[in-house]
This record gives sequence, C-alpha cells and structure tokens, in this order.
Amino acid sequence: MLLPLLFLKKFIRLASLLFAVCILSFFLVNKSPVDPIQAYVGADMMRVGPEQREKIAEHWGLDKTPVEQFYHWSSAIVRGDFGTSMIYRQPVLDVIKDKFIYSFALMLAAWILSGVIGFLLGIIAAVKRDSWIDRLIKLYCYTLASTPAFWIGILLLLIFAVGLGWLPIGLGVPAGVLTEEVTVIDRVRHFILPAITLSIVGVVNVALHTRQKLIDVLQSDYVLFARARGEKGFSLIWRHGIRNIALPALTLQFAAFGELFGGAVLVELVFSYPGLGQATVEAGLRGDVPLLLGLVIFSTLFVFIGNLLADLIYLVVDPRTKEREAI
Amino acid sequence: MSSMMKMVKFSIQPFISLNGRQRSFMTLVIVSLLLLCVILGGLVLSNERIATDLGNRNLGPSLAHPFGTDWLGRDMLTRTLKGLTLSIGVGLTAAAASVTIALILGMLAATMGKVVDSIISWLVDLFLSVPHLVMLMLISFALGGGIKGVVIGLALTHWPSLTRVIRAEVMQLRSAEYVEVSKRLGKSRWFIGRKHLFPHVAPQLMVGLFLLFPHAILHEAAITFIGMGLSPHQPAIGIILSESMRYLSTEMWWLAIFPGLSLLLVVRSFDIIGEHLRSRLDPHRAHD
Amino acid sequence: MPLVEVDDLSVSFKQYTKGFKHKEVKVIHNLSFSINAGEIVAVVGSSGSGKSLLAHAILGILPRNANVSGTIHYDGKELTPSLQEKLRGKELAFVPQSVNFLNPLMEVEKQVRGALKGKDSFKTQKEIFEKYNLSTDVEKLYPFQLSGGMARRILVSTAVINKAKFIIADEPTPGLDQTVVKEALSSFKAFADNGTAVMFITHDIQSALSVADKIAVFYAGTTVEVAPVEDFTGSGERLRHPYSKALWRALPQNEFRPIPGSQPKGDELPRGCLFAPRCDMTTTECLEHLPEKRVLRNGMVRCIHAT
Repeated sequence: MLLPLLFLKKFIRLASLLFAVCILSFFLVNKSPVDPIQAYVGADMMRVGPEQREKIAEHWGLDKTPVEQFYHWSSAIVRGDFGTSMIYRQPVLDVIKDKFIYSFALMLAAWILSGVIGFLLGIIAAVKRDSWIDRLIKLYCYTLASTPAFWIGILLLLIFAVGLGWLPIGLGVPAGVLTEEVTVIDRVRHFILPAITLSIVGVVNVALHTRQKLIDVLQSDYVLFARARGEKGFSLIWRHGIRNIALPALTLQFAAFGELFGGAVLVELVFSYPGLGQATVEAGLRGDVPLLLGLVIFSTLFVFIGNLLADLIYLVVDPRTKEREAI
Repeated sequence: MSSMMKMVKFSIQPFISLNGRQRSFMTLVIVSLLLLCVILGGLVLSNERIATDLGNRNLGPSLAHPFGTDWLGRDMLTRTLKGLTLSIGVGLTAAAASVTIALILGMLAATMGKVVDSIISWLVDLFLSVPHLVMLMLISFALGGGIKGVVIGLALTHWPSLTRVIRAEVMQLRSAEYVEVSKRLGKSRWFIGRKHLFPHVAPQLMVGLFLLFPHAILHEAAITFIGMGLSPHQPAIGIILSESMRYLSTEMWWLAIFPGLSLLLVVRSFDIIGEHLRSRLDPHRAHD
Repeated sequence: MPLVEVDDLSVSFKQYTKGFKHKEVKVIHNLSFSINAGEIVAVVGSSGSGKSLLAHAILGILPRNANVSGTIHYDGKELTPSLQEKLRGKELAFVPQSVNFLNPLMEVEKQVRGALKGKDSFKTQKEIFEKYNLSTDVEKLYPFQLSGGMARRILVSTAVINKAKFIIADEPTPGLDQTVVKEALSSFKAFADNGTAVMFITHDIQSALSVADKIAVFYAGTTVEVAPVEDFTGSGERLRHPYSKALWRALPQNEFRPIPGSQPKGDELPRGCLFAPRCDMTTTECLEHLPEKRVLRNGMVRCIHAT
C-alpha cells in the first residue's frame, strides 16, 4: 500500500476513535450521581438557595438535555475551548498545560530510565539464560509485575524519606515556600523518588519482552549460520541480536504510554506530586466534570501519539517496509 | 560445621532432583494451598478482631497480632485477610465477566463476517486507547463508586486482549475440515459454535480468567487506593494502604508493609497458576 | 589419512513425555564416515531425518540441550569444542539451505564479510562477488530482496571468503531451478578440484550422484552404507545395504517403486537393525543386535546379510 494512503487510513481511524472516546466519556460523566453543582460550590452547599442553584445550573448548561449539552460541549472543544475547571477556577487547557510540564518531566525520566535499564536487563538475562542472574532478573520482573505501583512508592517513601531521611516525603516543591524561592535542587529532590518508582515498575515489560526476543533470535537460523561463520561473543550478539531487537523494544516502549500515564496517576498521588495524575484524581473525586473530560481526551491523545510514533518508527527504519513503499 | 552443611545439602537434594515439570507442579500445589488459606482466613476469622479496641492501639507485630494493629486497635492480619478475600471476590467476578465479554465478542468477530469483525476490532481499539486507569476512574465516576462501579469498570476494561486471542483461535478452527463438513450438513451457526468451537476455546478461557485476574485485582486496589473504588467502610487492601499513607511519618511501617506484601503474594499466586495452565495448553512451551 | 573422520557419533535430546517422565530422543547414533581432502561425500537420506544436525555437530553449533558422544577428528587432531570454535568460519565452513539463514535486517555484504575484520576483508569480499557474478548493487541488498540464484551464490561466497578446507553444504539444491542447481553443483566440484573436502547433505540422490565421489546413505540417524558412486548402477546389485538398494530402485528412471513403511522415530528405535521392520531379508538375528559396521568391497555397511 502507498504510504500516504496508509497514513490517511490511520488518521481516519484515530479521528473516529477520538470522537467515540468523547461521546463515551461525556455520557458516562453525565450519568454520574455526583452532583456537579455541589462539586462547583464545594463546602458552601448549605448556603446556596434553590434560585442560586438554578442560576449555576444555567451557567454550566446543566438545565438542557444531555444531547444538547453534548453538542454545546463538543462544538466548544472543536474550537479549542475545553471549558473551565470547577476546582481550579481556570480554563481546563491552562490547568492541563501547567500540570503537564510536571508530569511530562516525570514520565520522560521514567520512560528513558525504564527503557534503557529494562533493555539491558533483558539482554543480560537472555545471554546468560538459565544462569543465576537470569533467574534473578526474571524473579524481579515477575514480582514487580504482581506489585501495585503505589505500594512501591510507599515502600520507597518508608525507606528513603522516613527511615533514612535523605529525601522529602512529598509535594513537588517544599511546602510553605513561595514558588519563586524554590530552587532547582529542591525540585530535583522532590522529583527523584517519584521518577524512580515509575521507572522500577516500567522496567518489567521491556525487560521480559527483550529477553524473550533475544532468546528467539539467538535460537534462530541466522544466528546459527553466523556462528558457523565464526562469529561469536559480544560482536555476534551486537550484530545479529541487539540490532534486531532494539526496534521492537522501542516500539513496545512507545506503545506503553497508556500504562505510563496510569502509573503516573498513582505515583503522583503517593508523592503529592503536582502533575496531571493528581489533577485527574482530584477531578474524579470532586466531580470536576470539565476537567475530567479534558483529561480523558488529553490522555487518549497521549496514548495515540505513542502508538503513532511506534508505527512511524517501523515505517522509517525497517528495510522491509521501505521495500513495500517502493513497490 | 561440615555436618551442618551435609544436612542442608541432604535436605535440599530431593527438591533439586525433581525435574522441571515436577517442580512446577509442586509450586502449583503450594501456591493453591496458600490461596486457600487466605480465603479461609478471610471467611472464618471473626469480625470481633477488627472491631475498635482502643486498649490495643498502634501495636507493632507480635504473636497475638502478627501484622500489628492500627490506630483503632484493629488486628491488621484479620483486616488484610478479609480485604484480600473481598479483592479476590471482586477480581474473580470482574475477570469472569470480562472473559464472557471476550468470548462473545471474539466468537462474533470470527464468525459473523467482515463488517462485524471490523466493528469489534474498532471497539477493541477504542477500549485500548484510553489509559486503563483513567477509563476505570471514568466508569467508577459514572456509577458513583462502590463495589458495583469497580466490578463493572474492571469487567469493561479487561476484555480487549483476550477478545483478540479468542478471535484468532476461532478463525483458525473455523477453516478446520470438520467444521466445514458440519456447515455443509446444514447445521446451524449456534450448533457449530456450541458443539465445535466452544470446546476448543474453553481452555483458553480458563487461562484467560487466571491471567486477567492479577490485572483486575491490581486495578481494583489502585482505584480503591485513589478513593474512587470500594468504600472506606469495607475491608479492602486499597483502603488499608491509603490509610497507611497518613501514618507514614509515625514509623508505623507494618501498616503498609504486610498488607502490600500479602497482596503481592496473592496476585503472584494467581499469575503462577495462569502461567502453568498456559504452558500446559501451549505445545510450543510444553518442553520448557 | 582422511581430513575428517567421524566415529560413532551420537546426538540426542531430552524430551518430556506425558506426565513427569522424560526420555532420550536419539537423532543421530553410532554414525561413522570419513572424508579426504579434494573429495565430495554426499550424505543422502530422506527429509526430516536429522541430517542437518550432523552438520551442526561437526561445527559445534548444536543447541545447548543436545547430548553428543563419539569422536570427530580433523586433520589428525581431535575436534574439541575449543578447536571447533577456532576453526569455524575459517577452515570449516557451512553453506546452509536457504536465505532464511541470513539475518533479515542486515545488508548481505556485511554478512558475507562476517567475522572477518580489517581493510582486506572488503577487498576479498568484492573479489568474490565479482567471481560469482554478483554486481555491486547486490552488496547493499537485504536477504528478502535476493532472487533464488543470487541467494545461493551469496551463501556459497560466505564459505569461500575464508578459503575453507572443509565445506559442509546442507541441502544446497532444494526446489531450485535446474540452472541454479547445476551452478551450485559445479561450484562444489570446483572446491573439490582445489583440494577442499566437501560434505554435501541432501535428500536429492540424483544431484548427489552427479558430483559426489562417495555416497553415505543415512537412515534413522545413522549411516547404513558408504559406497563409491560407481556402485550406484544397474539394478543396484553392487550396493551393500537393502535400504540403499531400495532407495536406488525407487528412483523414477529405475523401477520407481516406493519403499513400504516409514523410518522409525528417534524415540522408538528398534532394538536390532534399524531397517529390519521394513526389510525382506530380516532374520531373528537382525532383530536382536544392531549390526556392527564392517568394511566391504571398498565401502562400509551395517548389515549382516551384505556380501
């Protein structure tokens, strides 16, 4: 198939999925028994009379039918207006922008760290297959795969913040300090534990995948023949193993954006790290519908971008797809 | 010293001399016993042990309270076991529902023609495109939290991957000769599905159930930890761990360590059973 | 003195059966043959009979779970794993059956150069490509882009680049068109003329007969007969083993009569002669012991009835 056509098809699919996510999440949120007016007013609910209630409802368009509301909301979205967050009293897009910088730093660090470490662990395990180090790596991966991410965060807090006192217990910046006075070192100190927690969890998939792929490659006919030609040791593994498995591993890492985001939600909550994840939890718990919807759409886009990048890499790097393009 | 070494060596020997399959069978037995103990413990232990007992507050681990007690004097071991039992119940219900969805959609996708197939594949993509946890939060939010919200949320988010597996399996079976013959003989789709396809897919479903379960239970713990899952009045690991966060700086480490570790063991146990079943079913891995 | 001498070679694998038991599956057993410099020996047997593993055993590239016994001598020295590692890709070369043995994600020139390092390797590789009529654009191609004939020449050139003394070719002629087969066979002939020993593993008895000096007949994991190629003539009366005779007679230009029955599998080998269940000369003695190999009329045979 021609490359542009392939992209067009992908794009249409993405657009249709995104639209469906919008509909689905809008009507789910609409069904919620959580009273959006109470969410807006917060603790002052007792002092709000029925007239004020109606006014607020009118202001948010809550007096209309769901379909009308959806039309209203979605046409605003198309214009780039995601509404105003009820808890932050700011445009949703601004909230997301502010918070995303924090989350992006966290996820990027964890993404790179877990990718590199996971890849290395996978290679070591595969090359030393069935040795004690392979067993150790497998044990680590299988154990971690069965461990809730937030519990790892709690453990690290117990050890490094409470027990040893090396690192602060929470918050992206020290409490009670003005934003301008926060130093880079403060930020880094508050960043280390969340990033490590997220990386520890992220290592598992890459490591197990890399291990299996490399074992498959090492048992392949072409490695057999390479050995018959006298290739051996690290050069053999590099030329035929690592070069061939790096691409699938990278693809896997890109396709794992969804899990990365989910992990970030939990880790940010444990460490009171002021990112998107915490905003999602807040929005969910306190019924901030516009923010929740904005975050669902944003996280979906985030996953899409990951998948798209994964596809792109294959198209650009794999010689076999280049050939398809030429035909 | 040397006689000690000999003894150790001697006692390890029988286990090592088992071959791979025997060892994996032993692991299976041990793991199943462990799970049985957890569930029995959760069901049998009396609620009195988790009643407020202000005389026994904030106790560290001891013989009477192996996991310690919390700030209300509740026995943490009992709370953990009851929490785990509840989680296993929730996880199994949700996983079973997910497997059912996967079975129906997978069979439909494979047998009802191209249009249905592409619709279902689109649905699979749809549910994979929102991060799992975010989708769970959304569904839980829509249903107002609680057990119902969690079970439905888990059931609705865990079916996509298994659906693909079942679809592929049924596709392969469908072209098998005996199914073709059955079709020519004018048997109904329902008959073919029930008599020929389902028996082959059933083992996959069993494996699917055990492999989905760990995900389900971890997600249940996560959503409850966030505060959008089971209610704080129910004994749940997510609740226990979320409470433990408040006492982190008081050095009451047992509040977080033991419940978390127990959850880890239970999840891993189900994983082991699932892996074992799969390797038994998959001839490619049978000789590992 | 032969260049390579394989004596009593056995290769087996462990496999799980039902339940917790496992058993030994013998893929190759008590196999013996030898090959001289400048000679072509064809190892002929039906497909899927474990012939490839013989090549892997000589090169020392069997899977890790394989058990090997017996001895292999190369140039008078015992071919130990460390010697195998030293000689692989240098004096010992392997030509695999298909393009699938090339790394799908690497240009062919890099693979032909293989473990060879330094500036000279580029020069040598270019010379060889020229010799085998491979144009310079072929160098940068990936394996999946090669035509059947090109692939074969590439595979052969991997063996030539190191001036091997012993070349093992595994099924070099499956499903290729006649010109390619001829080309492949003539390249082996050329090696032998230059003093290289060639072991040629195949199920294609016709092409084996057209180039080989000796034929080793492979049955159920062992060589039942080694015969000079001239003995394959007439109705096979000069052949020694009943299986070789049957194989010869089964050829289309002879009687074209298939041999009834099938080869025993590696995990259910008969106790006595491996061919006994399908042989019409079977006596009670055949069923009791595996016949010892013996020298007969300038060849080798494992049959007590052979004359």
